[in-house]
Amino acid sequence: MIAEIGLAALWLAAALAVLQMVSGAFALRSAEGEANPLAIYARPAAVMQALLAGLAFTMLVWAFAVTDLSVKLVAANSHSMKPMIYKLTGTWGNHEGSMLLWVGVLALSGGLIALFERRLPERTMSAALAVQGFVALGFYAFLLLSSNPFERLPVPAIEGSGLNPLLQDIGLAFHPPTLYAGYVGLSVAFSLAMGALLTREVNPTFARVMRPWVLGAWVLLTFGITAGSYWAYYELGWGGWWFWDPVENASLMPWLAATALLHSVAVLAARDALRTWTIMLGVLAFSMSMLGTFLVRSGVLTSVHAFAVDPERGAFILGLLALNIGGAFTIFALRAGAVAEGKRFSFSSREGALVFNNVMLSAILAIVLLGTLYPLLTEAFDVRVSVGPPYFNPASAMFAIPMFLVMAVGPLLRWKEDSPRRIRFEVLLLAAILIGVIGLVSFFGQFALLPLLGLGLAAALGVAAFLPLRGRKLTRVPVATWGMVMAHFGIAVSLFGMASEGAFTQERLAAVAPGGSDQVGEFTFTLQSVNPVAGPNWTAIEARIAVSRDGGTPVILTPQARNFWSPAQSTSESALLTRWDGQLYAVIGNQAADGRWQIRMWWKPFVTFIWYGGLLIALGGVLAIIGRVRVDMKRRKAVSLGDERRADLEALGTAPVPAE
Amino acid sequence: MRSRLFLWLPLALFAFFAGLAGYMLTQDKTEFVESAMIGQSLPDFALKPAFDGLPGAARSDLVGGQPRLLNIWASWCLPCIAEAPQLEALQAQGVEIVGIAIRDRPEDVANFLARHGNPYTRIGADDISEVQLAIGSSGVPETFVIDAAGVIRYQHIGDIRESDIPILLAELEKAR
Repeated sequence: MIAEIGLAALWLAAALAVLQMVSGAFALRSAEGEANPLAIYARPAAVMQALLAGLAFTMLVWAFAVTDLSVKLVAANSHSMKPMIYKLTGTWGNHEGSMLLWVGVLALSGGLIALFERRLPERTMSAALAVQGFVALGFYAFLLLSSNPFERLPVPAIEGSGLNPLLQDIGLAFHPPTLYAGYVGLSVAFSLAMGALLTREVNPTFARVMRPWVLGAWVLLTFGITAGSYWAYYELGWGGWWFWDPVENASLMPWLAATALLHSVAVLAARDALRTWTIMLGVLAFSMSMLGTFLVRSGVLTSVHAFAVDPERGAFILGLLALNIGGAFTIFALRAGAVAEGKRFSFSSREGALVFNNVMLSAILAIVLLGTLYPLLTEAFDVRVSVGPPYFNPASAMFAIPMFLVMAVGPLLRWKEDSPRRIRFEVLLLAAILIGVIGLVSFFGQFALLPLLGLGLAAALGVAAFLPLRGRKLTRVPVATWGMVMAHFGIAVSLFGMASEGAFTQERLAAVAPGGSDQVGEFTFTLQSVNPVAGPNWTAIEARIAVSRDGGTPVILTPQARNFWSPAQSTSESALLTRWDGQLYAVIGNQAADGRWQIRMWWKPFVTFIWYGGLLIALGGVLAIIGRVRVDMKRRKAVSLGDERRADLEALGTAPVPAE
Repeated sequence: MRSRLFLWLPLALFAFFAGLAGYMLTQDKTEFVESAMIGQSLPDFALKPAFDGLPGAARSDLVGGQPRLLNIWASWCLPCIAEAPQLEALQAQGVEIVGIAIRDRPEDVANFLARHGNPYTRIGADDISEVQLAIGSSGVPETFVIDAAGVIRYQHIGDIRESDIPILLAELEKAR
């Protein structure tokens, strides 16, 4: 029954998506101010659809929780002996389940906006809901027609075949759902942008409505990418934290677009400028989400993530992409010319700096997109290439460095027009820090150019982040501004971690016999013993390595080489020793013929700052949401109080007293 | 009007991508990377007999006449048992098969051939995987097509299934 309830809910949700789309479209066709009888269904349809999609997802989680082996998906991806937490996370650790989660989040965000958003003109809102329904319908069709998660087996399996061991990790519990929520949260920005474009209502109110959604999605993406990076770092056992893998890029691209959108929407809300550009980014951000889904799910690109891939499904998603993105870009091309130009501003102003960085972010996005798709292009001509860090690092740095420089001074500029001479002192201070740090570091050793620049920029940005607070009464600084300060400081922290890891990492690959010792950086490590150990669904070889820093008290590290038996696969479990100033990263390799063991050790100074920075950025986003929503609530309350008072006065038959 | 055309740019770029991706989806995706040894001349070697029943194998035994199969195998290798009937079928079609036994013992080789059949004309003993590594084989079983000039023309990795027989026969024909 569980599976049937889920499937029925999914079909009903799809039917409601049709209703939402049709009803929204009718509302759009009716003239201004005239109510269309069909239009009233759009909002309730969206809300019901959210509930039904939620129900379908809950049913699938339930099937996984009780390991219902008559459901094909459960039999293929779960196992009765698996720990409960991984049974639950296994729900979205596969194609069908993750697509259901995708659609569930899409429906949920559609429902939320239908339920709570009342500020926009009703026609714009209807158009947005119609677009949301259209997008959702496509993905329902995808699920129901080619990826049914609730398919039954004719004969129930006796035992499930397990879950990819790499995915049996607590990182999986958080990483994909957060990323998905972020990806799909951008669908609201997309729908709102299309709604505003269709009804030509691109204005600050629209920007204010869109902003919390963009911020929310951006926070989730930031958090998801940070968690994903750390997960890959300790789970894959390669000691790297970013591999420019197509699937990683698929999450980075929406983030870059969302970051640009977040800043351009701020300009639109505050200054009524950048109208067309904001619409473009709104479309682009969600397009990148869908593109990412396509790249990951179709298998047109080879990736370490190696999801189960299926060209037929790929063709289906590509069709959806063509409808959604192609349709949006067509409407954009037809309509954007009709959107009145926004307010003008001079280049040396807050807007100018934001525009510059928007262009830089878009350029980085283009670099990443090109690098990700390039193998696809060359393979069409039978040339196999792999694009990696030698392209991505310098090419993106080329635009990231000017962006960081402008980011340091941008928040200090005034809106509309400002003179660079006014902030002369700050600029000189930051330049001095930048040059000073680079000079100091290069005095002590030979480092590559990018890490060196990164260290200097990180120091300058770290100071610059707090400059907007200078000369202000801290208790009166708006919460949203604190958010900006924190997010910008997070960038500095993260950049420092990346540069430090790049510049100062020490690596040692040694063959050590039990009892033997070796050295990496300030650490001496001794291989005490190598023993077999067993877990609930794996066996492993575990090394006990005593590590001491500068002859201090030894700490035991236990890296493992694990063998899972269902499905049969081996993984390398790294062991980490975290100190405030870095991490020691240990991996055990094969045994050599003479009984010695390969031990790989890295000392990575301040590597953890990469993820601390990511968390700070996300936290800054959260503060910004809180600040914005609070201001909005106050404004709404003030408006409604004013309305009440006017109504009272009218009822009393007296004219309102004009305010002084 | 120029600015209007500019607005179509995103759509044009996307259309290009969609066309490319659509085309690539219809293409066969082979993850297989051909060995760098294909088209190279067989390295020089001379191996002693793997057991008393058949002569050993040297490079000169594979050169001249008809194209031959060079089969890398071992008596301790389970997939080699699975491919034994296919090797016999190939031999029945008139294909000459030269074997190289990897890290094996004469009595085990003799037992294996007695139990699973002997499709070979010669078997060399490669006790330290010397020849195996020199011709770019990383495991057992593997089968190479060697033409009359002693050039490696084709490499089959893993056991030979029934469906592989026509492929190997075609490769032998091509190497003629």
